[in-house]
Amino acid sequence: MTEQTVDRGLAVELSDLTRVYGDVKALDGLTLHIVPGELVALLGPSGCGKTTALRILAGLDHATSGTVSVGGKDLTKVPASKRDMGMVFQAYSLFPHMTVIDNVAFGLKMRGRDGAARRTRAGDMLDLVGLGEHADRYAHQLSGGQQQRVALARALAIEPSVLLLDEPLSALDAKVRVQLRDEIRRVQIEVGTTTLFVTHDQEEALAVADRVGVMNAGRLEQLAPPAELYSAPASRFVGEFVGLSNRLPAEVRDGVAAVMGREVPVLPGSATGSGHALVRPESVSVVADPAGPATVTTVMFLGPLSRVTCTLADGTLVVAQLASSDALRLQPGDAVRLEVAPAPVLVVA
Amino acid sequence: MVGAFQDEAGRLTLGNLDALTSDAAVTALKGSLILSASTALIGAVLGALLAYLIVSMSPQSLMRRATLAVSGVLAQFGGVVLAFAWIATIGPVGVVTKAIMDLTGANLYGSGWLFGLPGLVVVYCYFQIPLMVIVFAPAFEGLRPQWREAAVNLGASTWDYWRHVALPLLTPAFLGALLLLFANAFAAYATAAVLVSQGQPIVPLLIRQAITSEVLLGQANVGFALALEMIVVVTVVMVAYNLLLRRTSRWMR
Repeated sequence: MTEQTVDRGLAVELSDLTRVYGDVKALDGLTLHIVPGELVALLGPSGCGKTTALRILAGLDHATSGTVSVGGKDLTKVPASKRDMGMVFQAYSLFPHMTVIDNVAFGLKMRGRDGAARRTRAGDMLDLVGLGEHADRYAHQLSGGQQQRVALARALAIEPSVLLLDEPLSALDAKVRVQLRDEIRRVQIEVGTTTLFVTHDQEEALAVADRVGVMNAGRLEQLAPPAELYSAPASRFVGEFVGLSNRLPAEVRDGVAAVMGREVPVLPGSATGSGHALVRPESVSVVADPAGPATVTTVMFLGPLSRVTCTLADGTLVVAQLASSDALRLQPGDAVRLEVAPAPVLVVA
Repeated sequence: MVGAFQDEAGRLTLGNLDALTSDAAVTALKGSLILSASTALIGAVLGALLAYLIVSMSPQSLMRRATLAVSGVLAQFGGVVLAFAWIATIGPVGVVTKAIMDLTGANLYGSGWLFGLPGLVVVYCYFQIPLMVIVFAPAFEGLRPQWREAAVNLGASTWDYWRHVALPLLTPAFLGALLLLFANAFAAYATAAVLVSQGQPIVPLLIRQAITSEVLLGQANVGFALALEMIVVVTVVMVAYNLLLRRTSRWMR
């Protein structure tokens, strides 16, 4: 987060939010504090409540209980049209009968700004997202990525107190998704608006966010910077949902876990006694050894890195991520020895 | 069409087209245009409101499915059966006419309005409104929830949303449906043929008279000229309809 962003954004506070639909509890006591200018990504599987949280913040849904405040002002009962928030939807939210510039200027029109001021501001926003040349086109004349950039410009044109992004990249193809993801981050840093980004794509969340909140069954399991979330998951769900993990038998004693014959420190919240350590593939090394207890099953080339799957004598599968130069020396059927790096692990029962 | 430009002996002539300017033909054309325009407008407005109410219901709603199914049937419920249904209901000895007469002493049938142009307007609405429902409901369904949410999120009130987003999006579809209803009423024949026995207030009935009359012989080619006139009107309407449809489908992609 830059100093510039802190100056221009507002703090967002979701306190003990609960949302119940019939028998289903979509949100179960969600509390989230976003500091001014920060970009927080809510990450989780479908139905975990992340979109519900965003819609409640936007005012498009209401909480069964709990409060929403922005910049210290309670907005819980304020209608969506008065919340002063910009939102980018998954897809197809541009008004199809309006040109690009009219779309971007729509929010300003609703605020009673005169025509010239609207066009100037909308033009500036289009320049910001690199679409100044497309002002007079219609939505159907733009690609999916361009449409989402226009939607971003439209959301920012009203100078919102908070920017809400509801899976804005999910309908785009992989290459455009990465480009737009970087563009969103660049623009967000430039304008400094406090932002909540909802996604089910962990790579996306880890790449753009200052902090990532992992949600499960309506609850926030962990909220942490991306690197911390990855290296120190607070729960079994986070450890298994974010990134790839091996579940290896472990024995915990005095804060140390014995995993595949090696002692490694354990993370807070780990189980004691017998359990399973969640070990990242990059923490496993594979050494060719004719007397080794494991056998290479597959070698998957992924560019500079490769993924090697090995089988232990008891049938346990272990995935290791190695430099391709090392991995490509291995062949399926080779006998190998596996070693676990001494990085802290989470041990679950 | 060829018959419109031939005389009784099969020679080429433009004389039949002169008949289109006769008092009877002009009156019938006026009658057809008034009937078609009024039932199209009434059908479009009431049908659009009904379509909105139906589309606002849950897709699983029994009422929604039942209303759409009934509309599908009633939209095709024209002709002789419809005319007799109305005669049996509000004709001179209709069930409702007699009931109201017995209860209040008022004569619903009055001076026989059911068998003139006003009667045709009422009876045509019986299939025009359901036709509008089945034609226009997809336009309402095509309004994406994201558009409303985006508008609201940008500060629009419900009125602003309808004024700046929904109505401009629905207008081409509404006008298209209006034209379709106009053409539907303009081309209808059987219901009017059963209901109207005095005079020829609309073009299809004038064509019937020209072709089948045992009093006015040798008018068949005038009938063909009148049919050509109807084809021209309907063609203009359908071209306009297709232009509007093209515009809507481009938006709704």
